[in-house]
Amino acid sequence: MISFLSLYYPLPRSLFSQYTLPLSLACTGEESWVDSRTVYIGHKEPPPGTEAYIPQRFPDNRIVSSKYTFWNFIPKNLFEQFRRIANFYFLIIFLVQLIIDTPTSPMTSGLPLFFVITVTAIKQGYEDWISHKADNAINQCPVHAIQHGKVIRKQSQKLRVGDIVQVKENETFPCDLILLSSSREDGTCFVTTASLDGESSHKTYYAVQDTNAFNTAEEFDTLHSTIECEQPQPDLYKYVGRINIYLDRDEPIARPLGSENLLLRGATLKNTEFIYAVAIYTGMESKMALNYQSKSQKRSAVEKSMNAYLIVYLCILISKALINTVLKYVWQADTNRDEPWYNQKTENERQRHVLIRAFTDFLAYMVLFNYIIPVSMYVTVEMQKFLGSYFIQWDDDMFDEEIGERPLVNTSDLNEELGQVEYVFTDKTGTLTENNMELKECCVDGHVYVPHAICNGQVLPGAVGMDMDMIDSSPGVDGKEREELFFRALCLCHTVQVKEEETVDGIKRGIHQGKCTSSYISSSPDEVALVEGMQRLGFTYLRLKDSHMEILNREDEMERFELLEVLNFDSVRRRMSVIVRSSTGEHYMFCKGADSSIFPRVVSGKVEQVRARVEHNAVEGLRTLCVAYKKLSHVEYEDVCRLLNCAKLALQDRDKKLAEAYDVIEKDFILLGATAVEDRLQDKAADTIESLHKAGMKVWVLTGDKMETAAATCYASKLFHRSTQILELTTKRTEEQSLHDVLFDLSRTVLRQHGSMTRDTFSGFSGDFQDYGLIIDGATLSAILKPTQEGTRNGGNYKEIFLEICRNCSAVLCCRMAPLQKAQIVKMIKASKEHPITLAIGDGANDVSMILEAHVGIGIMGKEGRQAARNSDYAITKFKHLKKMLLVHGHYYYVRIAELVQYFFYKNVCFIFPQFLYQFFCGFSQQPLYDTAYLTLYNISFTSLPILLYSLMEQHINMDILKRDPSLYRDIAKNSHLRWPTFIYWTFLGLFDAMVFFFGAFFLFDNATFTSNGQLMATNTQMMFGNWTFGTLVFTVLVFTVTLKLALDTHYWTWINHFVIWGSLLFYVIFSLLWGGIIWPFLNYQRMYYVFMQMLSSGPAWLSIILLIIVSLLPDVLKKVLCRALWPTTTEKIQNADKLYKGHLSEFTPLSSLHAPPARKHEESQNSAHRRSDSSLPKKLMCTYWGGRRDYCTFSSFLQIGENPRFSGAAYAYSAPGPETSV
Amino acid sequence: MMASSYSAKEEDGHHSGSAGLGDTAIRTRKPDNTAFKQQRLPAWQPILTAGTVLPAFFVIGLIFIPIGICLYVTSNNIKEFEIDYTGTDMSSPCFNCSINHSWNNTTPCKCVLAFSLDQPFESNVFMYYGLSNFYQNHRRYVKSRDDSQLNGDGGSLKEPSKECEPYRTSENRPIAPCGAIANSMFNDTLELYYIDPNGTRNPIPLTKKGIAWWTDKHVKFRNPGSSNPNLTAVFQDTAKPINWGKPVYELDTDSENNGFINEDFIVWMRTAALPTFRKLYRIIQKKNSMTPTLPRGNYTLEVTYNYPVRSFDGRKRVILSTISWMGGKNPFLGIAYITVGSICFFLGVVLLFIHHKYGNRNNSSDIPN
Repeated sequence: MISFLSLYYPLPRSLFSQYTLPLSLACTGEESWVDSRTVYIGHKEPPPGTEAYIPQRFPDNRIVSSKYTFWNFIPKNLFEQFRRIANFYFLIIFLVQLIIDTPTSPMTSGLPLFFVITVTAIKQGYEDWISHKADNAINQCPVHAIQHGKVIRKQSQKLRVGDIVQVKENETFPCDLILLSSSREDGTCFVTTASLDGESSHKTYYAVQDTNAFNTAEEFDTLHSTIECEQPQPDLYKYVGRINIYLDRDEPIARPLGSENLLLRGATLKNTEFIYAVAIYTGMESKMALNYQSKSQKRSAVEKSMNAYLIVYLCILISKALINTVLKYVWQADTNRDEPWYNQKTENERQRHVLIRAFTDFLAYMVLFNYIIPVSMYVTVEMQKFLGSYFIQWDDDMFDEEIGERPLVNTSDLNEELGQVEYVFTDKTGTLTENNMELKECCVDGHVYVPHAICNGQVLPGAVGMDMDMIDSSPGVDGKEREELFFRALCLCHTVQVKEEETVDGIKRGIHQGKCTSSYISSSPDEVALVEGMQRLGFTYLRLKDSHMEILNREDEMERFELLEVLNFDSVRRRMSVIVRSSTGEHYMFCKGADSSIFPRVVSGKVEQVRARVEHNAVEGLRTLCVAYKKLSHVEYEDVCRLLNCAKLALQDRDKKLAEAYDVIEKDFILLGATAVEDRLQDKAADTIESLHKAGMKVWVLTGDKMETAAATCYASKLFHRSTQILELTTKRTEEQSLHDVLFDLSRTVLRQHGSMTRDTFSGFSGDFQDYGLIIDGATLSAILKPTQEGTRNGGNYKEIFLEICRNCSAVLCCRMAPLQKAQIVKMIKASKEHPITLAIGDGANDVSMILEAHVGIGIMGKEGRQAARNSDYAITKFKHLKKMLLVHGHYYYVRIAELVQYFFYKNVCFIFPQFLYQFFCGFSQQPLYDTAYLTLYNISFTSLPILLYSLMEQHINMDILKRDPSLYRDIAKNSHLRWPTFIYWTFLGLFDAMVFFFGAFFLFDNATFTSNGQLMATNTQMMFGNWTFGTLVFTVLVFTVTLKLALDTHYWTWINHFVIWGSLLFYVIFSLLWGGIIWPFLNYQRMYYVFMQMLSSGPAWLSIILLIIVSLLPDVLKKVLCRALWPTTTEKIQNADKLYKGHLSEFTPLSSLHAPPARKHEESQNSAHRRSDSSLPKKLMCTYWGGRRDYCTFSSFLQIGENPRFSGAAYAYSAPGPETSV
Repeated sequence: MMASSYSAKEEDGHHSGSAGLGDTAIRTRKPDNTAFKQQRLPAWQPILTAGTVLPAFFVIGLIFIPIGICLYVTSNNIKEFEIDYTGTDMSSPCFNCSINHSWNNTTPCKCVLAFSLDQPFESNVFMYYGLSNFYQNHRRYVKSRDDSQLNGDGGSLKEPSKECEPYRTSENRPIAPCGAIANSMFNDTLELYYIDPNGTRNPIPLTKKGIAWWTDKHVKFRNPGSSNPNLTAVFQDTAKPINWGKPVYELDTDSENNGFINEDFIVWMRTAALPTFRKLYRIIQKKNSMTPTLPRGNYTLEVTYNYPVRSFDGRKRVILSTISWMGGKNPFLGIAYITVGSICFFLGVVLLFIHHKYGNRNNSSDIPN
């Protein structure tokens, strides 16, 4: 099934963008019946006299995700590639070299460019071919449609709006469908939308009652009916429509259609033999397609810096060329200089117009200096990223033993972006949690029942009836009655379905009641957990049969209740109710919901005890629900029915009317008790979130889940702490107050706090500042994002205020998010004024749009589909792996690539600047300083491997320290290694070195007779050196300096580093000897013949090479040493300490045990620690605030590592989730 | 707290399980646990601190200063004498020659310069000519040669490379050697006479062999038609370079130093790096250990003035110099070594101070006491 599903999902990439609705429409969430479509079911005209049959044009069901066709591949791909500034630049250089007489051969830039372009084109072509194949597989996969009373097989792409489709169990819906009839008698079908919104549970959809009787193709042939509905909207949960059924030429029967009738493309039919449904939205108009966003080319911050540098260098290059051109013509104004008798021009050259000459000269200079922006940098960066991603894939720590998967790297372009993340947007279900709920306890009138006892963390399975432990004293007779009512309430008040097959799957894990092997499925895993919990407490829900719910009580007696009404759950009410009639004829209304929505509606019951317990449980991170009931008299019941039916039939504002009705009905309850369900967090999820917080990242949870559940998870995962003040921005609140007021209220609260906090920090001591958590729901969010006319009147956009609030919150929880809204949030943060780097992580198809939108998208390879993983940049198996991914790999790759980029520019400044200087001494004649071979090979072979290997192997800090001290991540935040000061430092270092090389050689040649002892090892003749020796001397110093500079920067010398660094130098020497040692027959010049050897035979050459290398390296060494001694960064301190520690193991070992924090600390200290670590202060303030403490903490941490990295108990306590990590 | 204790427990179980059991089925799909793949290769992890760099600075200082002094002294011991004979001055003996220059002059213009040496030149003396403001490194000039032709390639002799333009052909015959470099070969003749105290002019013998690179003379430059010793015949279809007085095969009478392998020619063909340069002209061999090569006293330099430089404001010089193990007179290297050595030493002292003052503080701040 999954493999079939998978066919659907590699698709929606680029072309979806053009179909994506404008955001304003997408996010309003308003039921604006702007535009409607009429669908003629089975393409049959309605009976005459109703309306004219106007066939509307709809797109076919084809999905297109590929970018190129066979014909336009080459031109389009080339166009795309040359749109990259670097490629275009090299193309221009190459063309210039071809056209005019330049100092260097066109091969020097043509070959590398050709190579790069070809490799990229092949890669992109292959990828596009893959998506073509996937598209075809989807578009051609067969579907069963009804035509002229027969079921025929059709290709999916040929499906049209209005076709009646038959879908069988476990098949995926080929487009958005309205359910007409189901094989189940009650006209329901079960669907899993795991691939759409990540909810793996089965949902129930309802057929239109009037068509449910149609069960064969022939019968459908007689159906005349039309559907009127809105045009496609991306909101998965909204659908408004109306079906008109024409029976016997009467007036049509109109039935409302809602999202409960709409089967979405991509969802899978479950537990139902077959259904018939009519296509309403096809192809790129289906809701799934609308919910995908284009996969725009993601670029890392480093790449952006690189492009900025590139532009700077381009300016330098152009100005260099301009300066030289101008100077050349100034210098040449004298004819004797322009054309002395010994150096005449040819006739052609003389006749050329001066402007043309000037222009060609300019271009020639450009070519001469173009190496300052080397193609090889792009190649090296690509290679580094590509090869580097293997280290992520190979990482043993991120290998999942359970499912045997290792991390996947889909885009290697973003390795370093992992080290720059400022905002983490995470999905909840399946990402933070395992989506595996369990009833922990229930509380009836203050008595606590635990389905199974916890003893030393181990579950002790008890006998059937003995599972129930009563912690409080046994209740009396009256209590007993209440208790049973409570259990019955939980058995009745739900929408759980019983799965008939006796297959044991993941939903029921290891909890088997001997006699009953049925399993429960529901749209809410909580409900399943509750019903299962009840089963263990003795009340077993058997089935819903003929609208009677059957339960088995403790005495194994069957009890039947007639299910009269279900008041479905919604996120605004945060409760659900059922009305049942017991076998004795009494009407009961049971209601369960969030405490906040139940307590106000309760008139009696032991509210205080229950409330205390609920609060206690909520603090523990459990999901709590309260249960209440009331008895309805017959009259009351009739009223209720009337109210509900009235609301249900409304076509407009149906939701609103229903809500009003519910509000009237659900009141005056008697409180029964409360339940607590644990949604198990993923292994180490809390620890990971804490680490991310400490690393300075803000974690946002975006979930489609309801607020309470999500909030509970957030508490459990340490996103919110007990001390966190929660700011709510929810529909409930905005109903009471206008959105405007709420927003301003919140921002005032936050800002006031922020102000005082800053003062505190400056005073050096801060006792308690509040940290904030924000909760916002989808509806409010869309209201905020909606551009309003009011906005202008109220003097500003809500968005700004909202962003301001968010910035000051350490954690934000967004619940009830539609997939596209998740992407919008990410987009909004991305676009805020600091332009932070965002990371989105999720496991379901509902997270795909957010994953695509964020700078870095991470997919979790869960048990359900792989859509997220496939659309992500990186895929991991567990949330906890994010920690290593960011803190270790991200950090490393950022540091590595930052050095790579800076170093590349540096070494090319060193390389080209002497050539620029030389122009001043060769009459501005574009004479290259170096031989062609050196020009070509400098970047390709003499200096490329050391930096490539450096950028793969470098580990400036030990991996374990990085992992244990997340605050180190702050050191590289905000692209700190690629800021302009650093860049200017490197550039000036390059300029300085270039001056040293050039003028060093210059004075040796100019001032005196720089000579050699001539005939190698022969007589003492004194020879003169020419210009090529000059260049070779400069080049030799250059290669050595540049390589040794990298050696100085290397902190992690493996044998590979030694090999490439010394190997490169050796290679240079050997190459030079060889290059100058032979008369090369294929060359038309022999200028390098014996130049290198002659140079080496001269004593002063050796002396000056050594001298110049040392002088060039001196400033950098000095800067390094001084900075380290006087203004050490955290990184450097840790390096120092690390080194120190290694030598003094025994001396410090006792310290480690001293500083190993006890497993559990006083709660207060935890809280203060959290506040400190979670604060969203600017980095600078953080430093002053932490002062020496951080170092202290750090040091003790690696003391433990050293002691026994794997198995030390102390180290364990340290890495255990929880607050112990802090001071 | 329940949640945290629960996950802590989980973690323990997880680890003990993985350590203890060794699930073979999964192990096979597991990435290789090699040091390389896990980025745990053993590595030397040096850190540049004041402490580690200190000794290096002192060592560099201590090595460089003596070397520098040694170089400086050596350089100072080298005797060098330079005389400018361009003739820009009216008073200069070569003034007339310098203004009356014409390439077609059949009678060479000669001028004589007198000079005296204050100190004797003891060892072998090298005689250079120096040119200023002469752009031998101009791109158009540098590439204006045909190395194949110079290497004795018959084809290139008849069909010189395009790079030689506009010195490629003359009167429809290929020029040998072609190109601007060869065409502008230095052609002054310099002769040196020692004036005895008693007034007699003693010509000083000048060696003209061994002034070019051995490899150039024996490998890179070769006469065409190597089997044919008669150079006149070999070069018969070629023209002499426009500015030359005589064809290439008449450069010298010695067949080992004639044609392309003429050493004066080879020396000229190695283009200089900078516009002011000197090139080796002759060597004055030391006769015996008793008498200095050039005793102190008066000398005359007789110049056959053929080479015009005044049009481009050039200068011509003659340099006499002795040589040491490190080449010619070169105070720069010595001074540079002394300077760098002293700087390093000084920095070493500064770093020592810093290391004492801040080094300990940094380290101790990391250690909780």
